[in-house]
Amino acid sequence: MTVMAVARRTLAKDLRLEWRAKDAVNSMLFFALLVVVIFSFSFDPTAEESRRIAGGLVWVAFLFAAVVALNQTWARELRNQVLDAYRVSPAPAVSLFLAKAVGNFILVSVLEALMTPLFIVFYNLRSVGPVYQLLVIAVLGTWALVVNGTFFAAISIRTRSREIMLPLILFPISIPALLAMVDATTSVLTGEASPRFWMQLLAVYDLVFTTVCLALFDTVINAE
Amino acid sequence: MKRTFTFTFFVLVTLGLLAYALYQGLVVAPTEATMGDVQRIFYYHLPHAWVAFLLFFTNFLASIWYLVRRTGRADALALASAEVGVVFCTVVLVTGPLWARPVWGIWWTWDARLTSTLVLWLIYVSYLVLRRFATGAQTQVLAAALAIFGFVDVPIVYLSIRYFRTQHPQPVIAGGEGSGLDPRMWSAVLWNLAGFLSFALLLIWLRYRLALAENAVEEAHADRALGPEAETRAAKPEARGAAPEVGNKPR
Amino acid sequence: MKFLYLAYIATWTIHLLYILYLTGRYRRLREERKELEKQ
Repeated sequence: MTVMAVARRTLAKDLRLEWRAKDAVNSMLFFALLVVVIFSFSFDPTAEESRRIAGGLVWVAFLFAAVVALNQTWARELRNQVLDAYRVSPAPAVSLFLAKAVGNFILVSVLEALMTPLFIVFYNLRSVGPVYQLLVIAVLGTWALVVNGTFFAAISIRTRSREIMLPLILFPISIPALLAMVDATTSVLTGEASPRFWMQLLAVYDLVFTTVCLALFDTVINAE
Repeated sequence: MKRTFTFTFFVLVTLGLLAYALYQGLVVAPTEATMGDVQRIFYYHLPHAWVAFLLFFTNFLASIWYLVRRTGRADALALASAEVGVVFCTVVLVTGPLWARPVWGIWWTWDARLTSTLVLWLIYVSYLVLRRFATGAQTQVLAAALAIFGFVDVPIVYLSIRYFRTQHPQPVIAGGEGSGLDPRMWSAVLWNLAGFLSFALLLIWLRYRLALAENAVEEAHADRALGPEAETRAAKPEARGAAPEVGNKPR
Repeated sequence: MKFLYLAYIATWTIHLLYILYLTGRYRRLREERKELEKQ
């Protein structure tokens, strides 16, 4: 079986499991909603101000939601000792990683898609710049968080205090990507600057770290 | 005996360099025109930044070496360079604001270099935390992987923060290197660099040996726990000069 | 220029703290070694 075929099968399995375990997804959704509401209480800006700060708020909220999602998907694997099964099976580790990363990407994107209208409502957001740019930034940014997040989740489940360990090792490395996402989003919302540099930086970040993740995942999975 | 002699000699050389560098920085170097004597913080601030970066690069190389060869020495070097690197990085982050406050009136300005140093510090502290919280023999492999991620991130961090700063300009704390530095100032920088580099090597050497010694003690404990027969059985392959076990046990 | 002195003192304080940390661990190592030899 080719790498992509194994990846696709694993992804399909994950998505099916996700769909069946709807309560996990629902609790994540509720968490995301709570985050949006609490942020809205904390900052009550005018329409002009909101365009300036929404970029940061939205991405911090997405970041929290992503961490919750990432912890969940690996926790399930750990519960059923699936990790050991993968290690023993002849399936290439790269397929497993791709399946997990894409699965997480889909999950986090769903969360983002549900949180965004809430943000628009609470902050009366209207973008000055073109919306398609926001979509590109969202895709590049989400992949940046998810690709490293999936990798680090695999690392952190082998530690004590694993729930806190994931954000602890993920956040510092994600800082340049976060800076890019936030600044790019703000640039588009306010229409005051071109997000082009940031989008290029995100693309480079995604490329570099996807490569590093694929290269090192096998080593990390088999570490014992 | 010879080892202790070399060590003591090295310590004396280091102390000598540091003392002379202090003299260079506080006395020989001329007072800066606009900032005054406070600018002398620079002679500690900059060398520590350079040394920290060098140490993190060492951690990167040692981590790669570890993943390839899986030797205990590679891992010990990775740990030592990261830890000492964080210490030096902390000094940069403390001296920076202490310099900024009297000169600019504010403690922090998200200045490009200081912000990059902060991110660097965060990355390597997270590496040290992972090493502390990971359990079992896999710690070393996981940490090495994280170290590679961390260092690969460094150029991206610098790029992104530099661009961010051109978008949102702020006062620059560490006035550009080589931007009209009096040669006597350069000499102070270099002497302090030499002194602190030597000091860093000393610290790394100490930490490295500590790590190796602690690993040896831990292994001895483990061997004891397995029982006296296991201990003699474990001793035998060494005596026979057999090939080391395949696996991730540090040697 | 009290900030200048603060900075230099802070630097050496940080280094000293690290050295103390190292000596602490070396001491613990020596104790563990002694215990191992006793067994």
